[in-house]
Amino acid sequence: MIRFFQLSTHSTYDLLRHLADSWGLMIMALVFLALCLWPFRPGGRAMSRDAALSIFEDDSDDA
Amino acid sequence: MDSVLPRSGLWLGALFFAVIATALAADTGFAVHMMICGLAAFIGLVVTVRGWDPAATIRPVDTGRYDDDLIRLGVIATVFWGMAGFLAGLYIALEMAWPQMNLGLQWINFGRLRPLHTSAVIFAFGGNALIATSFYVVQRTCRTRLAFPGLATFVFWGYQLFIVLAATGYLMGITQGKEYAEPEWYVDLWLTVVWVAYLAVFVGTLLKRSEPHIYVANWFYLAFILTVAMLHLVNNINVPVSWFGSRSYPLFGGVQGALVEWWYGHNAVGFFLTAGFLAMMYYFVPKQAERPVYSYRLSIIHFWALIFLYIWAGPHHLHYTALPDWAQTLGMVFSVMLWMPSWGGMINGLMTLNGAWDKIRTDPILRMMVLALAFYGMSTFEGPMMSIKSVNSLSHYTDWTIGHVHSGALGWNGMITFSCLYYMTPRLWGRTRLYSLRMVNWHFWLATLGIVFYTAAMWVAGITQGLMWREYGPDGYLVNSFADTVAALHPMYALRVLGGLLYLSGAAVMATNITRTILGHYRQEEPLHSAAFDPARDVPLAPAAAI
Repeated sequence: MIRFFQLSTHSTYDLLRHLADSWGLMIMALVFLALCLWPFRPGGRAMSRDAALSIFEDDSDDA
Repeated sequence: MDSVLPRSGLWLGALFFAVIATALAADTGFAVHMMICGLAAFIGLVVTVRGWDPAATIRPVDTGRYDDDLIRLGVIATVFWGMAGFLAGLYIALEMAWPQMNLGLQWINFGRLRPLHTSAVIFAFGGNALIATSFYVVQRTCRTRLAFPGLATFVFWGYQLFIVLAATGYLMGITQGKEYAEPEWYVDLWLTVVWVAYLAVFVGTLLKRSEPHIYVANWFYLAFILTVAMLHLVNNINVPVSWFGSRSYPLFGGVQGALVEWWYGHNAVGFFLTAGFLAMMYYFVPKQAERPVYSYRLSIIHFWALIFLYIWAGPHHLHYTALPDWAQTLGMVFSVMLWMPSWGGMINGLMTLNGAWDKIRTDPILRMMVLALAFYGMSTFEGPMMSIKSVNSLSHYTDWTIGHVHSGALGWNGMITFSCLYYMTPRLWGRTRLYSLRMVNWHFWLATLGIVFYTAAMWVAGITQGLMWREYGPDGYLVNSFADTVAALHPMYALRVLGGLLYLSGAAVMATNITRTILGHYRQEEPLHSAAFDPARDVPLAPAAAI
């Protein structure tokens, strides 16, 4: 068994603490990076421009 | 109306329950609170039976394409609670400088009025502003009406009942003793019900939108609603002593309780006072400037960075306590990292004016928004700096913290809310303009001067306090007693009163202006700026001389 996948079983505190600063941290960082990079995907520029301008379209409060 | 009978039955049931709970009450405070609930149920019963619509009294004509009744009520509630909260703040500032102002009465001493002030400005003024603007923005950006109008009405009035119960409770000494989470268990349960209804209305409206994209302001509103729900539930896990008594005890004790409290407390700042108000910024600043936000993609990064970082910053409230050292460091590091997204957001808001900077000179509402963003930037620089352990060892428990909070609250939250109220009021009541633009200008300068007096006084007071507390003599003993520091701070406390008075005066000018706008009055006044024609200056630039 690879040591890399073993989490401490000393106590719940130890287990959670080591989960948090290894796999937990890595997954959070990756999800964060993916979410931040998402608007920069191909075609993202045009979509962002449309979204930014959308609040000015059809600007009447009347029915 | 056939639904009147079951609905009035429901109100009657609530009234009976309140009467029984009053009779069974274990303490006076709980009895008074149940009487207030009974009164609310009685008013609800009368309103239902008489078929009276309170919103109709302030509505000009209901021809709008959006559900705006509640937003109009929300604007009025925001102004009202703002005035109440600022007044309470001024009064406790007077009590700090001149303790005789306590008048020897337990109900108005500093310890009871202080949570009344903080809850009134954060939850009553800020909360009503957030509910009103979120309903305004979500309908307009989704181009649809509110999903559940009846439930939305419940959210508004239910939230007002929460405010009244919380405020009267503080005056009677009912408190959990947790900063910004003072209301007791039954008031917390009531807020939970209201908040879940709020979430349902907001998400329901998002789901029935007729616009493919959800505009970024709604992301911030949704993050605010969801996170506040989570924070509120976890921080208020309490066991009541009696089902008919106001006292309860928390599940978490000691340092765990402290950590949960400051995880809640700091994220109340992060998600109630930051994410929610940034939602206002991302809609109202572009609308008032008539330019799209500087970078939509930066606003997405701003959003995710704020969400991912803020939630870990709470432990910086517990430096040098029993909290494990690594947790303190974690809180400090995440607080320092928060500086970046905060300034990214500030730059995004300010740069929205790129190419339209002249509007700051001519449009006092936009100038107010720019000042709000400037204070957002200043307090989000000051905050991370104060979270650094060595700085915190000087600043913690001193008035510097109070100054920091008020530069954020008065400068950022207050100013952005005022400018949104000025933006919405003429539109909601179908007026062509505000009653007076010059009064907005007066409000701007009164509030700005007030903030400057307040924060400058508290910086001086806080650093004085911190330095005096830690001063050792050559004999190894502390030089100053606590009473020495109190005496040294007295002039600063008096200056704070002046700052608060200026800020309250500005808000009174706003209350007048908004009331007159609602009544349909227009003040005849000189325009703020007229560029006089000067023929001597109106000549082309001379071409540069060739050398």
